[in-house]
Amino acid sequence: MTKYVCGVCGYVYDPDKGDDDGGIPAGTSFEKLPDDWACPVCGASKDEFSPE
Amino acid sequence: MSNIYSAIKISDHVYWVGAIDWTIRDFHGYTTPRGSTYNAYLIMADKITLIDTVKAPFKDEMLSRISSVVDPSKIKYIISNHSEMDHSGCLPEVIDMIKPEKVFASAIGVKTLKELFHNEHEIIPVADGERLSLGNMELTFMETRMIHWPDSMFSYLAKDELLFSQDAFGMHLASLERFTDEIPQATLEYEAATYYANIVLPYSAVVLKALDKVSATGWKINIIAPDHGTVWRKDLGKILELYSKWAGQKPTVKAVVVYATMWHSTEKMAGAISEALAGEGIKVRLLSMNETHRSEVVYEVLNAGALIVGSSTLNNNILPQMADVMTYLKGLKPANLIGAAFGSYGWSGESVRHLEEMLKEMKVEIAAPSVSTKHVPDTAVLAKCQELGKTIAASLLKRINDTR
Ligand SMILES: [Fe+2]
Ligand SMILES: [Fe+2]
Ligand SMILES: [Zn+2]
Repeated sequence: MTKYVCGVCGYVYDPDKGDDDGGIPAGTSFEKLPDDWACPVCGASKDEFSPE
Repeated sequence: MSNIYSAIKISDHVYWVGAIDWTIRDFHGYTTPRGSTYNAYLIMADKITLIDTVKAPFKDEMLSRISSVVDPSKIKYIISNHSEMDHSGCLPEVIDMIKPEKVFASAIGVKTLKELFHNEHEIIPVADGERLSLGNMELTFMETRMIHWPDSMFSYLAKDELLFSQDAFGMHLASLERFTDEIPQATLEYEAATYYANIVLPYSAVVLKALDKVSATGWKINIIAPDHGTVWRKDLGKILELYSKWAGQKPTVKAVVVYATMWHSTEKMAGAISEALAGEGIKVRLLSMNETHRSEVVYEVLNAGALIVGSSTLNNNILPQMADVMTYLKGLKPANLIGAAFGSYGWSGESVRHLEEMLKEMKVEIAAPSVSTKHVPDTAVLAKCQELGKTIAASLLKRINDTR
C-alpha cells in the first residue's frame, strides 16, 4: 500500500502502521481513512497529502 | 545622529543585532513576565548576511545595531529562518530600504511570507541540506518543519561552528546580557522550560527527530543562537539534554491540580485531593484558575504525570477560566498523563462530565472515579476526594515503575 506525505509538515502516513493516536488500525490504506482524519503532527486535512 | 544601540559580537564573524522588548507581557496569550528579545544576527562574510529580522516596531533598533558595525546597505543576503511576524515583521521594509541582492527562506517560508505581506519581493527557496556560499564562508540549511511552524529552518555556519536555531532553544527573557552563562541558572531553566511548554510542546515528536537529524549531520556546534533570549556558548549538552527530556514527556512523580471555584466548595475538594496525593509521596502543584495564568499551568504540566481538573458548574457549564486553560492545554498536547475530574454544583452538575470529556479528548487516561457534589462538600465527599487522590497516586507510581 502506498505511503502518503503531509505537504505541510512532512509526516508520512504508513498504512502498515496506521495512526494509533487517531484510532486508525494498522493495515488501513490512505484512501480508507475517514474524510475528517487529520495529520497527527500538524493537523492538516487529508487533501494536503500526496503519494510518497 | 546619536546611536544608543550597539551590536554585540558573539563569534569571530557574527554579531547580535536584535531588539530588546522590555515591556511585552503577553505573547499571543503566553504571559512573559520578563519581556523578550527578537534576535537578528549579522554575519560579516564577503557577502554580508542578515539572519532573520525583528518585530515591525523594532526595525530602527535593529538597523541602529547593524549600523554600529556596518552600513546596512552593505548587506547582500537576508535569510528568513522563520516567517512568524516577531522575526519577519519589518522584513518588507528592510528589503525596500537596503535592497539586498537576494533573500532566502525555506520553500514553505517563501509561501508563508507571501501570505503575510502580499508583495512582489522575490524570495528564493532553499532546500533541506542546501549550502549557500557567502564568499569566504558557507551556510547550510536544515528544514525543521513544525519547530514550531511549517516554514521553520535552521542555518549552520561551519566557519564559526554556530547554529542559528530560530525559535528552538529560545526563551522570552529581556536582558542586556547576551549569553546564557551570564544569566542565573534558575531563571534560565525556568524560562527555557516555560518557552518549551508554551510554544514547542505539541511538536515534541518532531523535536526528537530533529535532535537526531542534527547529530547525524556531524556538525560541530560551539554556539547556538536562537531568535529569543540569550545565546548558548557553554555547556550546549545541557540545553540539548533538556530538550530531549521535555520532548520525551516521561511521567514524573508529580501531579497538577487545576481548578476554578465560585463559593470555595470546589476549592475544598481540590485541597483534599492535593493533601492526599502529597501524603502518598507525590509532588503536587495546586493551581486556582481564579488567580493563575494558563502559561503557568502548562509549565507545571510539562513533565508531570497526572492532571486533575475541577470546576464548579455555572449555568450548565464549566467555569470560563477552566474552559480557557483546557482549550490551551488541549492544543499544546501534553502526553502520557493520567487524570480525573471533580467539582461542586448547585442543581444540575454538568461540569464534571464536561471536564472528563475534555480530558479524554486530550488523551489523558482517566485513572480514578470523578467526584462531584451538590453545594458544600461534607465529610463523606471530602473522604471521596482523598480516595481520588490516593487512587491517582497509586496509579501514577505504578506507571512510573512500569516505564522504568
Ligand atoms: Fe515562532
Ligand atoms: Fe519567535
Ligand atoms: Zn502535517
